[in-house]
Amino acid sequence: MAGTAVRGRLSWQTATVGPVTDETAKVRTLRLEVPDWPGHRAGQHVDIRLTADDGYQAERAYSIASAPGEPLAITVERLDDGEVSPYLTEDARTGDQLEVRGPIGGYFVWEEDSGGPLLLAAGGSGIVPLRAIVRERSRAGSSVPVRLLYSSRSWEDVIYSSEFGLPPGGVEVIYTLTRSQPRMWQGYARRVDNQMLAEVAWPASERPLAYVCGPTSFVESVAAGLVGLGYPAGRVKTERFGATGQ
Amino acid sequence: MSPVSRGFRRKREAAPAGRVPPGQYVTKDFPVLSAGPTPHTPLSTWTFSIDGGREPMSWTWEEFRALPAETLTTDIHCVTRWSKLDTAWQGVSLDVLLGMVDYDARYVLAFSDGGYTTNLPVADLLGGKAWVAFDYEGAPLGAEHGGPARLLVPHLYFWKSAKWVRGLQLRDTDVPGFWENYGYNMYGDPWREQRYAGD
Amino acid sequence: MDDNAVDGNAIGGLMMAVFGTEMTTAVAICGSCGAVSQVAELPVYMPGLGIVVRCRSCDSVLMVFTGVRQVTCVDLMGLASLD
Repeated sequence: MAGTAVRGRLSWQTATVGPVTDETAKVRTLRLEVPDWPGHRAGQHVDIRLTADDGYQAERAYSIASAPGEPLAITVERLDDGEVSPYLTEDARTGDQLEVRGPIGGYFVWEEDSGGPLLLAAGGSGIVPLRAIVRERSRAGSSVPVRLLYSSRSWEDVIYSSEFGLPPGGVEVIYTLTRSQPRMWQGYARRVDNQMLAEVAWPASERPLAYVCGPTSFVESVAAGLVGLGYPAGRVKTERFGATGQ
Repeated sequence: MSPVSRGFRRKREAAPAGRVPPGQYVTKDFPVLSAGPTPHTPLSTWTFSIDGGREPMSWTWEEFRALPAETLTTDIHCVTRWSKLDTAWQGVSLDVLLGMVDYDARYVLAFSDGGYTTNLPVADLLGGKAWVAFDYEGAPLGAEHGGPARLLVPHLYFWKSAKWVRGLQLRDTDVPGFWENYGYNMYGDPWREQRYAGD
Repeated sequence: MDDNAVDGNAIGGLMMAVFGTEMTTAVAICGSCGAVSQVAELPVYMPGLGIVVRCRSCDSVLMVFTGVRQVTCVDLMGLASLD
């Protein structure tokens, strides 16, 4: 699959919700069973469409949490004023049906041929496509070094914490907890800033590849910071989720 | 035919009968819906102008705030089907502003910081139906909701209530503004469900 | 970029449906200022009435998608080119 385009299906396909896993109090991972799923690349997303019994429809995009070759899964964070995320995180049950379009995206993707070293920066639920990238790296047997800088409000909000608690060889996870920290926390405790990036990011001389995902304000700040450290703009890939309002 | 997602429904609040135009549902939210970046014009350079009358008229922020203002509570209706009841505003009536201009035009094109425009008949700005609003729910109108001042024309779909309004261009002919150009109705009466051109 | 904007990644599915192919890596040239950008990196606004894609440099409108009576219309007049 490396280096080839996986064509997304242009039309909506019916998906059945499979097993669901609560990652945090507000975040849930849903496995989706889609007949004839064509496969996907790490970093891609799907569009999800829900239909109410009066015909009303709502669509949203969600990053794919699983690596290529793994069963399709999305991880969804419940937004307080959301319309789709409360349904997916609280109401949807195994066996329910929704529609999926995708996989989508040729820009924010990584595969073994893309190389590294990798600097992955996640703001909140921006961790989802980056987790898929880390899993793909393992699946492909790649040894490119990875530093994952993960900004979260608190330890309780960290998604995939047990998985990252035992990261694969060559992957270093650096957390910053911006609103509250556990007692005895020794790590970063503030929003990502240029000083933190200077300490964490690979030096530009190593020709790293960066993927930055999360709220728009986070992505703008981190991407500018990396460019300021000498990363060519073309080696900083970005995916902006807008303002989460949280 | 799309499969129904069991239990999924649009968020809605109960609404008193007859209060809500056809096809609308009531919400307590006030979503920030913008076609472009939020402008941040300093009040020191902000003006509201009316062009196309016998002479152009313009007010600075101080001059604008010195004009008589009204408080009002009204319902607003977005073409995307949400309605919000009993919203409280403070603003200067267009009766006051247009009353200071000598004109005979029948239409306006309202224009905003950031380039947004929307068109209306002059008649729909007069008779206590429209304001340039600067206060929402007892506080200065926030930038994301159109502050320092937005047009407020609650009897039409809310895209006509141009955020970040900076003035009106009086015209003899009705020309489509931003959304009207992309297929939305030139007039936009929610009670006749005039959402798109041809409705 | 405005905090409320998303980027071209978010409309990858819509663009795939409209153009028949993956478009987030397509290169857009602004008709107003000439700025060159991949679609994925363009600011995108979704106010419900339609989807507005703007230039990263000058904020000019590059593309507008609207859905009128179940038909998706796309206006590309703000672009000098897209490919």
